[in-house]
Amino acid sequence: MIYLDSAATSFHKPEAVADAVYNAIRHMGNSGRGGHTASLSAARVIYGTRKKIANLFGVSDPAQVVFTANSTQSLNMTIQGLFHAGDHVITTAMEHNSVLRPLYRKEQQEGVSLSILPCDACGTVRYDLLEEYLQPNTKGIVCTHASNVTGNMVDIVRIGAFCKKHNLYFVVDASQTAGVFSIDMEQMGIDVLCFTGHKSLMGPQGTGGLCLQKEITLPCFCVGGSGVQSYRKIHPEEMPTHLEAGTLNGHGIAGLSAALDWITETGMDNIRAQEQKHMRMFYEAVRQIPQIKIYGDFSQSERAPIVTLNIGDNPAEEVCDALAERYDIATRGGAHCAPLMHQHFQTETQGAVRFSFSYFNTEEEIQTAIQAVREIAEEWT
Amino acid sequence: MRKKELCFVVAFHTTTEALALEEAAHQAGVVGRLIPIPTQITAGCGLAWKMPITARADMEQLLQQNHLTYDASYELWV
Ligand SMILES: Cc1ncc(COP(=O)(O)O)c(C=O)c1O
Repeated sequence: MIYLDSAATSFHKPEAVADAVYNAIRHMGNSGRGGHTASLSAARVIYGTRKKIANLFGVSDPAQVVFTANSTQSLNMTIQGLFHAGDHVITTAMEHNSVLRPLYRKEQQEGVSLSILPCDACGTVRYDLLEEYLQPNTKGIVCTHASNVTGNMVDIVRIGAFCKKHNLYFVVDASQTAGVFSIDMEQMGIDVLCFTGHKSLMGPQGTGGLCLQKEITLPCFCVGGSGVQSYRKIHPEEMPTHLEAGTLNGHGIAGLSAALDWITETGMDNIRAQEQKHMRMFYEAVRQIPQIKIYGDFSQSERAPIVTLNIGDNPAEEVCDALAERYDIATRGGAHCAPLMHQHFQTETQGAVRFSFSYFNTEEEIQTAIQAVREIAEEWT
Repeated sequence: MRKKELCFVVAFHTTTEALALEEAAHQAGVVGRLIPIPTQITAGCGLAWKMPITARADMEQLLQQNHLTYDASYELWV
């Protein structure tokens, strides 16, 4: 199989990640539940991973790193906790449903008001409208770092500065960029950073988290087992336990830890360069094919390694199926959980075929994919 | 009954605090180890750092220098 669906989940993981999970299952107990060797070994691995995440995202105190199951959980905890009746929140048309649905729920159930920044023809956020969208009760901006449909990046430095200037919370969904693009919460003025472990961070599914600036507290999303202060009726207030009720995914976190080591050893710049090379190689070839329509802004020098396209009017799902059946190439059709982006491009019915690239793809694989698109395009028009 | 020694014990709010102290202690060569929190401190669960009373000053210096957060410290027969 040629796997070109890394934006959904990274499939080729470093060997060390699988080894770490295997070893963790054999040797790790429950972190913070007891003081024996197995429990301490889990606690040490988890603490070590917290430090690596803190280091990666410019968080000064590892206790401000909270582990969750994925970005979706982190975004729900954040949006649920930060915004309340009477608040106004700005987001963008580039968002994934894991940002949109928690916000829509707030709108419907609590009367939070919501403004959605539109995009230009290439699917890039209209920064020029930011001032216009600001209201006296605007409480924060929630946005992705990169669109999972087009790969277009959001200039989070610019939005961070805007938030700082107007005293707004700034929440970033780094699902598509964590581990490959440099993110510094402090420098970029990010208040809450939500990440998932299984995509660009190369870790196992079921790992993820959020990093929280010190001045911000979120209410407990869940309360329960904490391994400390057991006779109190309330869940501990201290971070990160405050936001981590229940047994953590220690085995998965051990894998994430190995993935973070691999990223450090390989070098984020090298990983990014390789991914960009694959994306550009594919893009430059398929854009020459007459029936192909590509979505997104390829004039951006840095973008997530995604090329999304359609072949004439052919339904995306049929193209994906032909790629899978005939060439064993894995891509993703449909709406990519990003309804507003597809409405913007008027692809709600057709969908679009997303090719997303990894450090581990080979040039030969890219060439095979180009040839496959060419053949389907010739046959189907 | 097990023979007890007078020890210096540090209790924590969270497991993360305990692990941060363990790391700092190892780096600075401060003696001691993590143990399940003694019931004299709390009947709940959790970890504590236990060390000979003679090394108390080292620990107090470590806590201060590294700005380590913790719940409380005790002289205890454990
Ligand atoms: C931009 C974006 N945000 C959030 C998510 C949700 O990630 P997860 O399913 O790991 O929670 C995804 C992935 O599907 C994504 O691409």
